[in-house]
Amino acid sequence: MHSSIRTASILFRREFASYFATPLALVFIVIFLVLIGALTFSIGGFYVRGQADLAPFFNYLPWLYLFLMPAIAMRLWAEERKSGTIELLMTLPIAPWQAVLGKYLAAWAVAALALLLTFPMWITVNYLGDPDNGAIVTGYIGSLLVAGGMLAIGACFSALTRNQVIAFILAFVVCGLFLLSGFSLVLDAFQSWAPQPVIDAVASLSFLTHFGSIAKGVIDIRDLLYFATVIAVWLIATAIVLDLKKAD
Amino acid sequence: MIEISHLSKRYGELTAVDDVSFDVRAGEVLGFLGPNGAGKSTTMKMITGFLAPTSGTVRVCGHDVQSAPLAAKSCMGYLPEGAPSYGEMSVRAFLEFIADVRGLTGDHRRSRLDDVIARLGLASVLEQVIETLSKGYRRRVGLAQALVHDPQVLILDEPTDGLDPNQKHEVRALISAMSKDKIIVISTHILEEVDAVCNRAIIIAAGRILADETPKALAKRAPSGRLEDVFRQITLGAKPVVREAVNA
Repeated sequence: MHSSIRTASILFRREFASYFATPLALVFIVIFLVLIGALTFSIGGFYVRGQADLAPFFNYLPWLYLFLMPAIAMRLWAEERKSGTIELLMTLPIAPWQAVLGKYLAAWAVAALALLLTFPMWITVNYLGDPDNGAIVTGYIGSLLVAGGMLAIGACFSALTRNQVIAFILAFVVCGLFLLSGFSLVLDAFQSWAPQPVIDAVASLSFLTHFGSIAKGVIDIRDLLYFATVIAVWLIATAIVLDLKKAD
Repeated sequence: MIEISHLSKRYGELTAVDDVSFDVRAGEVLGFLGPNGAGKSTTMKMITGFLAPTSGTVRVCGHDVQSAPLAAKSCMGYLPEGAPSYGEMSVRAFLEFIADVRGLTGDHRRSRLDDVIARLGLASVLEQVIETLSKGYRRRVGLAQALVHDPQVLILDEPTDGLDPNQKHEVRALISAMSKDKIIVISTHILEEVDAVCNRAIIIAAGRILADETPKALAKRAPSGRLEDVFRQITLGAKPVVREAVNA
């Protein structure tokens, strides 16, 4: 078991370093910080609201992630396939789950680093007032979980194709569905014909529903379980896709 | 030892590899010959566990590649077609990564790395990023990667492709020097290479084995005594041909 974890962590380190070997991670982090700053301060009315909290920040974050998470995940497998290194990787003595997990966690770590760099926001709000820091911490945890869910979806679509653009679009659409399924707009479409349990089920699939309750400061085991399940299901799907490609 | 039994690979209507069986023993350097698209690379991809066969089995060092992939992959070194490697890494970082995944540690790791770096003349480019290297150097990095764990079985898909005559000579000398107690399978369409390094040659066309002899015995088949004439004589009779490896 120890050596299995070791192998996964070797793959994690290589993948994480490769994000920074090209300007990709840097560009991503800068764009992320600029956009979330702009959304929070100008559109979100951070100052105008006159409230010492990070609600506008956390409200916009999932929507920003909708664009940015598929963008960091798209290269995970598609690039290996395109450059042929997948043949190298899959003929090393590595279990598929080690590769899937190591690469996925590297993408998640990049997202986590970007999120961590928003700390000036937290300092500002503490300087200006007396916010509920507990709720801010859970907001960060919830954001990280939303990022993790989207990256798992993105990893799976990246494994499906050698074309990163296609991987991005597919991941974007599916992540969008996972976000929107909690939105009244989407639920209304079901309202006319579907029975209530179905509507509830669709709503409970949404990132927003679960993120919303975590961001309010309540960490419920069911919400954590939800994100863990989403991530696990999509990572297992990634491994299955990779295995099916072997028979191609 | 490599034991291949009734190995086939079909892509829908196309049969890339058609009921191929052969064994390779220690000390043998097997040249895998055939026109482009004959099924050479596809066979190698199945031996190394990158592709799953449609039917048939491959055992390497006594391990079934499908049911015990990690054990089989541990005793193999593989140079895939085109020698793919992670272009953004330095030669040193790349070889250390492979050594780590292969589970080498401590002094053994260091001495193995020193050995392959010396053997392939990579000392002068160690800190260079792989994608800035010439084709010849990249091929040598690919070979170094395959040799780093001193494997019992070496599978080399066109190891001298893209090298200049001097480099070809060096790689052939390297293969000959290692051949005593190893199993080496090389694919090539350069016939002089078979003469130079192989003690056994298999000619494959349209996915079938058409000849399996020593290069000398094979050459005698043609009145001219030239391997090239035998190759043309044998392979032109075979029906033309399915696509080679599919990098799905």
